Formats: sequence, C-alpha cells, structure tokens
Amino acid sequence: MAAWKGLTTNVLSHEPALYENSFPVEGGTYENAGHVSSQIKALLKGMKISKEVVRRAALVTYESEINICSYARSGKIVLRVTPEHVTIEAIDEGQGIVDIELAMQEGYSTATDRIREMGFGAGMGLCNIKNFSDFFRITSEIGKGTHLKMVIRIDKDFDGI
Amino acid sequence: MHLEDIVKALKLRVVSGEDGLAAEVLGGYVGDLLSDVMANSKEGDLWITRQTHQNIVAVASLKDHAGIILVQGCNPAADTLDKARKEGVPIMVTDMPGFEAIGKVYNMIATKKGPDPST
Ligand SMILES: Nc1ncnc2c1ncn2[C@@H]1O[C@H](COP(=O)(O)OP(=O)(O)OP(=O)(O)O)[C@@H](O)[C@H]1O
Ligand SMILES: [Mg+2]
Repeated sequence: MAAWKGLTTNVLSHEPALYENSFPVEGGTYENAGHVSSQIKALLKGMKISKEVVRRAALVTYESEINICSYARSGKIVLRVTPEHVTIEAIDEGQGIVDIELAMQEGYSTATDRIREMGFGAGMGLCNIKNFSDFFRITSEIGKGTHLKMVIRIDKDFDGI
Repeated sequence: MHLEDIVKALKLRVVSGEDGLAAEVLGGYVGDLLSDVMANSKEGDLWITRQTHQNIVAVASLKDHAGIILVQGCNPAADTLDKARKEGVPIMVTDMPGFEAIGKVYNMIATKKGPDPST
C-alpha cells in the first residue's frame, strides 16, 4: 500500500550528495525521542540552509521519529542533502500500517492512553509531514515495517550551500 | 517584549534556561497536543501548556520557541528539567490556571504590538 504527494523524484538520486548519513532510532521508548531531529536540525543549520527549510525538515523528521518511537520496533532516519533538496527517509521495522488512507486522515490515531497522556496521538503527524514536504511518499508492509520519504526544496535564490 | 518582562509582571517561577530570558517574545501559542504545536506554533512564540513530559523540550527547541510556561502548578518531570537546562530552553512555572495565564500574556504581547487593526 502507498500514498504520495508530488512527482516521483527518481531524478534526485542523480544529484550529487553534499551530505548523507543515517541515524538509528530506538522503537518502543520515548527516552531519546527527538534526539535525531535535534541532531539533523543542527546539521542543516550549519549548512546555512534557509531557516524556513531547516524548520520544515526538523518538523517532518520529528514526526517520523516519534512515530518510530511509538509504533515500531526499531528504525532509522536517513538524511541526504544535495544543492537543491533536503531528502529525509524514515525506515522502520515494525507492525506496519494496515490502511494507509485511514492513517493519513487527520484525527485518526491508534495511540494508546499512555501515549496520549504525553500529548501524542492527535492523529496529525502524517498530515503534518505531508503538508510540510514538497514531495512525500509512504509505503508500508503489514508485519514488516513502514517507509516514508520526504523531499524539501532548498530556496533557489539562496546561495548558502 | 522580552521574556524577562513577562516573567516579572506575571511573577513566573523560572526553573530552567535563565540565559534565554533576554530573548524577544514574538507571539504565543497554547496547546497540549504536540503535533498541533509542531505544525502551528511559530519561532519566538511563548508556548503555554500543561504537558510536563520531556518531549516538550524537543518541541520548543525544534520550533525555536522563546520559552514554555507550565500552568496550573504543573511541574516539569525531572528528566524534562535536565534536558531543558542542557539545551537552554526556558521553562517557567505558575499556579495560575491556563485561562488566566494566557489572558495576561496575551494582553502584554498585544498592548506592546499596538491595537489590533482588525477591530
Ligand atoms: N511508523 C509507523 N508504523 C506503524 N504505524 C504507524 C506508523 N506511523 C503511523 N502509524 C499509524 O498511523 C496513525 C496515524 O499516525 P499520525 O502520526 O498521523 O498520528 P499519531 O501518531 O496517532 O498522532 P500524532 O502524530 O498527532 O501525535 C498512528 O496512530 C498509527 O496507527
Ligand atoms: Mg505521529
């Protein structure tokens, strides 16, 4: 099953990467939740990418990271920066999503009471990710895991990187 | 409007991020749902909430908030405090109920900005 936004951007893989790295995310705990997002935000800030792009990238990374903490056994976030795009992939091993269309609906959440008590579980994470990305794709296999890909365009007229 | 002006006027108890008190407060946001705050709050906002879990620090820091006010006598969890101190995120605590705290903060920010042109 899959859902997406924007054009398929296979062309991106041909752009030379200025930066590429993978960050492990622990599932089933919030102990380090947000840590990878903070790291990625700091990294992007150091690359002199516009504030707005950094903030959007931080948001989509955070929501993906929290979903791995909440719903998966383990996962990773892969960051790839080219002169024109920031690409973030969140890949996890876990239960997967039975109905992606439903999961993408604002307000739909399977979060437990324990998760909701901490302020998660509004059912907004995936919608936020979609809204704040220029390109977004989600695929999932039940019992195996979920794969999100988000691409954010770096301002064309910004010569920071 | 600087954060320290609001702290003084409302007698808020500062429990972390004292170095950030000189920061400018550009606006405010109220919410206990983290995804809502992530999507709709802005840089320089003073975030008013009842959430005390350590995840509030990551949210405030990722969104470049001026600080967090915990209302109704909610105290930050120990790991929240550790993290906030490490990351220099100002957390302020007050016994005021949310409604009262929000109203007072709003008035301070709104009067500073001048009358709302839409009214
Ligand atoms: N990585 C994942 N693995 C398995 N299920 C997932 C994953 N990500 C999301 N889901 C499912 O999709 C639902 C919606 O996710 P979404 O992030 O939009 O909202 P939420 O996590 O429930 O709440 P919020 O993000 O607002 O705190 C989740 O409740 C969960 O059932
Ligand atoms: Mg979520």
